Amino acid sequence: MQQLADYLLAEGFLSGLPKSVGYVLVVAFFAFVLLNFIMLVAGVTSWLERRVWARIQSRVGPNRVGPQGVIQWLADGIKSVLKEDIVPEAADKPLFKGAPYLAMIGFFGAWACVPFGDGLIVADLNVGVLYITAVTGLVVVGILMAGWSSNNKWALLGGIRSAAQIVSYEIPAAIAINTVILLTGTLSMQGIIKAQGWAPWNWFLFDNPFTFVAFFIFFVALLAEGNRTPFDLPEAESELVAGAFTEYSGLRSLLFFLVEWGNLYIIGALCTTLFLGGWQVPAFTDNAFVQGVLQMITFFLKSYFLVFVAMWIRATLPRVRVDQLMSLCWKYLVPIAFVNLLGAMLWVVAFPHGNIVMRLAMFGFGVVVTIYFFSRVASHLRRARPEMTWNPIS
Amino acid sequence: MGLGAYVTNIRQTIGTIFEGMAITASHFVRKPFTIQYPDRTDIRVQDSLPFRYRGILDVDLEICTGCLACERACPIDCIVIDAVKDKTTKEMILKRFDIDLAKCMYCGLCSEPCPTGSIHHTPEFEGADYSLESLVRRYVKAPVVAYKPPKGAETDPDVAPILARGLRYLDEFASPGDAK
Repeated sequence: MQQLADYLLAEGFLSGLPKSVGYVLVVAFFAFVLLNFIMLVAGVTSWLERRVWARIQSRVGPNRVGPQGVIQWLADGIKSVLKEDIVPEAADKPLFKGAPYLAMIGFFGAWACVPFGDGLIVADLNVGVLYITAVTGLVVVGILMAGWSSNNKWALLGGIRSAAQIVSYEIPAAIAINTVILLTGTLSMQGIIKAQGWAPWNWFLFDNPFTFVAFFIFFVALLAEGNRTPFDLPEAESELVAGAFTEYSGLRSLLFFLVEWGNLYIIGALCTTLFLGGWQVPAFTDNAFVQGVLQMITFFLKSYFLVFVAMWIRATLPRVRVDQLMSLCWKYLVPIAFVNLLGAMLWVVAFPHGNIVMRLAMFGFGVVVTIYFFSRVASHLRRARPEMTWNPIS
Repeated sequence: MGLGAYVTNIRQTIGTIFEGMAITASHFVRKPFTIQYPDRTDIRVQDSLPFRYRGILDVDLEICTGCLACERACPIDCIVIDAVKDKTTKEMILKRFDIDLAKCMYCGLCSEPCPTGSIHHTPEFEGADYSLESLVRRYVKAPVVAYKPPKGAETDPDVAPILARGLRYLDEFASPGDAK
């Protein structure tokens, strides 16, 4: 995007204005486009999530607004915008009103470093991964502010839980990221993707046993950071009404949900970048545009598959208790991640350029696990003998 | 916690999550149970409901004996019957038979003591209306003579099928699932 902005300005676009103003305008335009893209992704994700849960619970889900309900999110959004914006009498009003926007900033900032394609990134920072882990930490400030300023016990509990949870789970996530950084030597998102290949055995997921474990630690830690079930303690409906968001209504409540569903895509995009080869596709054509579109589709599908897995987990696992949450992080994820990091260090010393035998072996292991998984699914279906349909939208 | 228990915990966590995910994944190809009322159903939903479904009450005046058993059984007095005995002909005359559906709680206590199965629930459940007044069902438009069961089987071809249906309804209430 930066190159594109430079190119546009060099071509005489907005030439009547000072260069700095023109630059800001071009960047603001890109930010606007990205924001709209995020809204679309978050909205469609909210619809898809409801449909996925519905199928898992043998229901149909929202299918009335538009074809199969795809614009249900738009109807919900319009409804929320039109609703009254209630601010509690005893709330700390400036904090209460500002909190959703702060969460929104933290979440929106992360999108600056999401690499959709070879040149398709807003800012390819040389500290990209570090920047994302840092800036998504702002979300916790927003949620904590919302919890505190609501002047409500449930909201406060939710906010505090969110803070404890996100701060704790940053540690295993950061260590898991380090496992990958050891192999690439760069923190740049594009650099990490370029260090991988299009073939699954060239992904960091299958590079060696340590990155394989790191992927799962990273995914679990990100689920917790994104306040997703089974770690959705900050807004545990059955215990805390809606946790930190209890007192919010209308547009402000909508912003929190936007952050939640948008974060889901960030989770998918980060895992894809670090472990699943990002936008890497085989060189099909010399046409840079077609190749770019292919890369974008690949990246989107990979990250959306992980979004789908997160929805599926949400429909499967029950919520953990606060003490279980903490013991999972500090007694299991952090020590395992450290041991894993040590192993990865030894691996890099032993094989500085990787080991193709181990890559193929890990890929084979992954295939075997997948086949075993589907055999388990088939066995459950054989036992239950349900009425079946292969139509995903029936 | 020893190292053995630690490793067991990890193994069980992975194993149970794996198995749980397999179960939920198997639901992706199961057919949803949802009946998409009011449309996208093969037949009217009312027609697919069981015979004993407790929907809106209905009265077959042709076989109502005017015994007032249902009025006495109703715990919330939503049934009002005016029945007088004609001195000359010794017949019960029904002047009024009202059921206030706004009050009815679908308990079914009225249909159990009915000797002929005249008052019964139907599978109809769409009771929405614009006023409470129109929820009062008035079954007697003009005074009618109450039904008097004959000795032996019913011979009137107009009444016989209604009575048969009513008695079947009573049977199913008494012993659910036996008759079909």
